[in-house]
Amino acid sequence: MPVFDYAPAPENRDIARVKQYYQPFIGGGFVDGDGEPLKTLNPATGEVLAEVSTVSSSDVDSAVHAARRAFERVWSPMPGAERAKYIFRIARLIQERARELAVLESLDNGKPIRESRDADIPTAAAYFFYHAGWADKLDYAGLGPSPQPLGVAGQVIPWNFPLLMLAWKIAPALATGNTVVLKPAETTPLTALVFAEICQQADLPPGVVNIVPGAGDVGEMLVTHPDVDKVAFTGSTEVGKLIQRQLAGTRTRLTLELGGKAANIVFDDAPIDQAIEGIVNGIFFNQGHVCCAGSRLLVQESVADEVLSKLRARVETLRLGDPLDKNTDIGAINSAEQLAKIRELVASGEDEGAQRWTSPCPVPEKGFFFAPTVFSGVESSMRIAREEIFGPVLSVQTFRTPDEAVTKANTTPYGLSAGVWTEKGSRILWLTSKLRAGVVWANTFNRFDPAAPFGGYKESGFGREGGRSGLAAYLKGDDDGAV
Amino acid sequence: MARSDRVGVAKTYKLYIGGKFPRSESGRSYPVTSESGAFLANASQASRKDLRDAVVAARSAFGGWSGATAYNRGQVLYRVAEVMEGRRDQFIAEVRDAEDVRPRTAESLVDTAIDRWVWYAGWTDKLAAVLGGTNPVAGPYFSFTVPEPTGVVGVLAPQRSSLLGLVSVLAPVLATGCTAAFVSSDARPLPAITLAEVLATSDVPGGVVNLLTGQAAELGPWLASHADVNALDLTGADPEHRTELARSAADTVKRVLRVPEQEPDWTSSPGIGRLRAYLEDKTVWHPMGV
Repeated sequence: MPVFDYAPAPENRDIARVKQYYQPFIGGGFVDGDGEPLKTLNPATGEVLAEVSTVSSSDVDSAVHAARRAFERVWSPMPGAERAKYIFRIARLIQERARELAVLESLDNGKPIRESRDADIPTAAAYFFYHAGWADKLDYAGLGPSPQPLGVAGQVIPWNFPLLMLAWKIAPALATGNTVVLKPAETTPLTALVFAEICQQADLPPGVVNIVPGAGDVGEMLVTHPDVDKVAFTGSTEVGKLIQRQLAGTRTRLTLELGGKAANIVFDDAPIDQAIEGIVNGIFFNQGHVCCAGSRLLVQESVADEVLSKLRARVETLRLGDPLDKNTDIGAINSAEQLAKIRELVASGEDEGAQRWTSPCPVPEKGFFFAPTVFSGVESSMRIAREEIFGPVLSVQTFRTPDEAVTKANTTPYGLSAGVWTEKGSRILWLTSKLRAGVVWANTFNRFDPAAPFGGYKESGFGREGGRSGLAAYLKGDDDGAV
Repeated sequence: MARSDRVGVAKTYKLYIGGKFPRSESGRSYPVTSESGAFLANASQASRKDLRDAVVAARSAFGGWSGATAYNRGQVLYRVAEVMEGRRDQFIAEVRDAEDVRPRTAESLVDTAIDRWVWYAGWTDKLAAVLGGTNPVAGPYFSFTVPEPTGVVGVLAPQRSSLLGLVSVLAPVLATGCTAAFVSSDARPLPAITLAEVLATSDVPGGVVNLLTGQAAELGPWLASHADVNALDLTGADPEHRTELARSAADTVKRVLRVPEQEPDWTSSPGIGRLRAYLEDKTVWHPMGV
């Protein structure tokens, strides 16, 4: 068979209009924060992309104060139909600036342009478009007549889908009449600050959305701020537990979307070639920096050898490299810190006796990269089977019976997502009812939509984002304080 | 012999764990008195070990109870109300003793408790339709969302309302398909024990509800920190202890119900907030195509 080489096909980085310096967005304007400025890197090169002014505790106070004023004077009294039009405008502005945002996202995060262009940015716009329509229909949200907003929402988001996670947080908050102070992740603040410009272009009233860049200490200031009514956090289970502890006993509402260690279960009757694509999408999408990644492959023993050899052959074809290249499948690991964490966990897998296979693909010399890796012979007790790696590393285990698959899949404190591959419909429905996870993908994986609620069981958090359920996270209904 | 000369058969009040009525493994008991100070019974004073047994029983029963059809669970819960009705006079007497209320008030509290159980029994096969649905996603997929029970719920039952309050916090746990380990009112545990006897004779599978009598202050911290408890209702906890209990619940990301500072008026109509609190939305996706 002839082998064709791909010519480089890089997207033009000028489209991102990267500025040298970005500022926090407070009360409708860009202002310098009093925190230590941070330098955000391009993880594909390790070079500084831009400098970002960060906020201090008094800046967080100002942002919360601005959000409170906007909540009381403008946003919550405004008729839902009027709020809706602002949110529709935001959706359209994201679509208009989609390519700029996609290139900027890939530069700041390291994800392939194919994913930022085709998944992150269009889906972010879709979340605003969907929620805009809810703003004047909240009486039908299932929470009784005239459900009321909570007030000021303090939101903290991770670095894996920077603009998309912002959309998951801000769109439902605004639609329900809340105002927002959002902290983007330390390593990926740029698209959130361009989003702030979009808020200005949409003529959104000042203070309705405030963006406060910084590290974990800023997140802590925000979630523990006494004038914040609602905290929404997406990130690690470790930090989620800390926030839940800090808010224990207060009246602050909390929703958490935390880590996962999803089982992707392949039965012997599955369409193997489709399943291989699903396994690859499940763990190597976004370099495996996905809380719902299918990081544990459970394959029925009778087809394990076939699945593993086809999987390796397929993974070998994945192209690792420049995130801006349109042919790149796997981009850069977001930070040196995350790369070190992945390496440490992979080393533990080898030490504990699992068999490592790593794609022989070329790895760029500069930047933070990790070649796709598959561990076989994994035991449930190994760290690589229990801990979230958040990288392009798959742990493979086998099973014999459906019951064993369910037991192995559920043997984890996490419960965010799961996958099932089989041609038998009754088995799919049986399994989906047995798997203790908030999202189950059958014969597909990693699908997201604003109309479909997303969120975890057990230590993967509580509350949902998307759909009618997602509105409940930002509203007081008729059941509040009821018997 | 005149009937009044007959010596009554006094009941030994015990715990209810895994469908059985054991004494506390600790061997401890404590006297229960009426509001006016008259001795009523010695109740078992449950220990940490009893609590752990109760959680193990609740976990073991979860698969069967949550996996039963909603229609079946509805019938079993309705059966509980039927059996409560048969014990109506006993409940009235016990509530009167426990809460020092007038006979007519006790009657009304018991009747409301039975009716509330019926109300929750009818919810089992409607929750999925009211709270779930299909998701019109932008792609060739069929996507739907169903509410599922969160798991084992730890309940510190109300301290004041010995039956109506208890039913109001327990019935929603069962209606969602969850199982429960609960600590009854410290001072007013007897109606709870009688309710356990009702449950034991109402086709509610053993382990679905587990009753611990004793002290919420002693048992609460073990319940709140137990890693196999998924959700927590702190209604019966001393308000001063709630923050600490909620903190230890955070170590395993438990769902902690928002409860009012003071016990509410249990006679007012419930909403579905307590049902919602014990449900998890599960979203399922499948491709469509030929």
